[in-house]
Amino acid sequence: MACNCENENLEERLSKTAGRRSFLTKISVGIGSLVGAILAFPLITAMLDPVTRKKTSAWRKVGLLDDFEVGKTKMVSFENPSPYQWSGKIAYSAAYIRREENDKLTAFSVNCAHLGCPVRWEEEAELFMCPCHGGVYYKDGTRAAGPPPRGLYTYPVRIKNNNIELETEALPITNMSS
Amino acid sequence: MKKVLHKLGKWADDRGGFSELMKPLKTHLVPPGSAWNYVWGSATLFCLIIQVVTGIALSFLYQPSADVAYTSLQYIENQAFLGSFIRGLHNWGASGMVFLMGMHMIRVYIFAAYKYPREMSWITGVFLMAITIVMAFTGQLLRWDNNGVWSAVVAAEQMGRIPIIGDSIAYFLLGGSTIGGETLNRFFAMHVFLFPAILFMLVGYHLFLVFRNGISEPPKIGRLVDPKTYRTWYENMLQKKGVPFFPDAIWRDAVFSALVLIILVALAWFVGAPALTSPPDLTNVNADPKPDWYFTWIFALFALMPRQIESYVIFFGPLIGGTLLFAIPFLSNKGERSPLRRPWAIAGVSFIILSICSLWYIGIRAPWSPHFDAEPLSEYTSVPQATEEQEKGIEYFNTVGCLYCHKINSHGGIRGPELTQVQNRLTREQIIIRIVNGAENMPAYGGALSKEELSALVSFLMAEDKSGAKPLSE
Repeated sequence: MACNCENENLEERLSKTAGRRSFLTKISVGIGSLVGAILAFPLITAMLDPVTRKKTSAWRKVGLLDDFEVGKTKMVSFENPSPYQWSGKIAYSAAYIRREENDKLTAFSVNCAHLGCPVRWEEEAELFMCPCHGGVYYKDGTRAAGPPPRGLYTYPVRIKNNNIELETEALPITNMSS
Repeated sequence: MKKVLHKLGKWADDRGGFSELMKPLKTHLVPPGSAWNYVWGSATLFCLIIQVVTGIALSFLYQPSADVAYTSLQYIENQAFLGSFIRGLHNWGASGMVFLMGMHMIRVYIFAAYKYPREMSWITGVFLMAITIVMAFTGQLLRWDNNGVWSAVVAAEQMGRIPIIGDSIAYFLLGGSTIGGETLNRFFAMHVFLFPAILFMLVGYHLFLVFRNGISEPPKIGRLVDPKTYRTWYENMLQKKGVPFFPDAIWRDAVFSALVLIILVALAWFVGAPALTSPPDLTNVNADPKPDWYFTWIFALFALMPRQIESYVIFFGPLIGGTLLFAIPFLSNKGERSPLRRPWAIAGVSFIILSICSLWYIGIRAPWSPHFDAEPLSEYTSVPQATEEQEKGIEYFNTVGCLYCHKINSHGGIRGPELTQVQNRLTREQIIIRIVNGAENMPAYGGALSKEELSALVSFLMAEDKSGAKPLSE
């Protein structure tokens, strides 16, 4: 669309094309934004895919009731509810099972309520101790010393046919209000 | 032959415009006297280049998959030709980048180079610092050993302190509700694609600003920055006294970068990257996650803060700190630039450096961490003519965990006070009360110790002389 531009003076030409230019600017910016949005969409969904996967939880057998002495605490491990094929060993988490009374059990998360480091069970001292910042918990999971704002988190646990079963849960995250 | 080459060169330059491409470097004028203090930024950029090159090299050897990443790291470390060196250089390059970036920032602040018209340089610089820190942290996680895995947990927990959306961000980082097969991949994608892309864009813009606004002239006492006249004055000064950036200024950058390279290569070769700890395993709780050196001071802060305010500090601290950094060029964008006339600026920087260094020192000692591996007390100490009860007390001191936090003679933790001479400070009753009831940072042992155990422990602690060496006769 060539115009006979050479015969018009500059001012006329500018006023004539100003509207057209602003329209073309809007079109270009609009198309650019649209293209950006179209490309961003799959990026965002890919980033969110593992997060938005259907949340499942599962009851996992973690041991025979007879293997747990009354008044003792023992570490167990269990598989996450829906691991990927390539997860390997990392699909397994740990918990501490305490058999308080004959059929009363508590399953503690190994994650310190402070910043999530793994606490160790000290049998003789009857304490859970965290190596990171010195958090300490009593055998019932309540805070004994150090920076944790609360006691250890627990998992639902039940006894079924002499098996101890633990319900998997999300990694406990301590919030500001805890 | 020479003629042909000459002709070829001429053709390439005529059609390819290579000298035109480099021309801005030669014609860009910089203020005279911009001496060795101006090399920090270019050295940081140089470290980024090292990181890109070594990072690409590592990506040819590394397997970013949760089940085999650790094995591939061991391959890199032990079998691949120069693998250990490349990993070392990538590790030390990151350290160098964090360090030099800090120096660059301090230099810019002390010389008030962020003032008019270079506010945008400072603001993009703060963004670049944030991304550099994110890169350093995500990189540390890719060292997918037990330490790296637990670092991911700690990172997620910190995000959890953000109000309302904290949990979502934590689980977003982990790629699900727990650490799993997807976690490593996410950090790999972030470390290798996402954040480098943002980093390069910002670095490009940061450099564009350096050319557009020119580098700040060395400050002079009494020469104030006035936004109304500064640009004209700067232009005139450049026309009169400016020197071409290439080669009058760039040679210092080149020399300093070469020095940085020599140091980093030496560190990579002789010290290497941190050794890999045990394989990643969330069921192995005998982990002791410690951050790399540039985060050790934050690690210390987490242990030392009063716990009632900690959650607020974790959230508001970075928020307020970041806001302050962004606000700096708006709080004072004109006036005096010389550090000699801005004593508060120097005081502020010194205070921050001192605080961080103190936290560093204490973070490396980590006195709050129980010494799980303390040598058993009975191996090196005894009480002369000990009663049977005292002998038992020595034994209990080991087994019930006292030794993890309290020192006797040369061994034991340093969380609580040393107890070698406790008999001189406290009475028998006071010791019993403390053991039974505990304190803010000591668990109450009332429920865990039997009467005999408590009595034996106290008898041992009350002994005048705990320094006896273990009798050799046994």
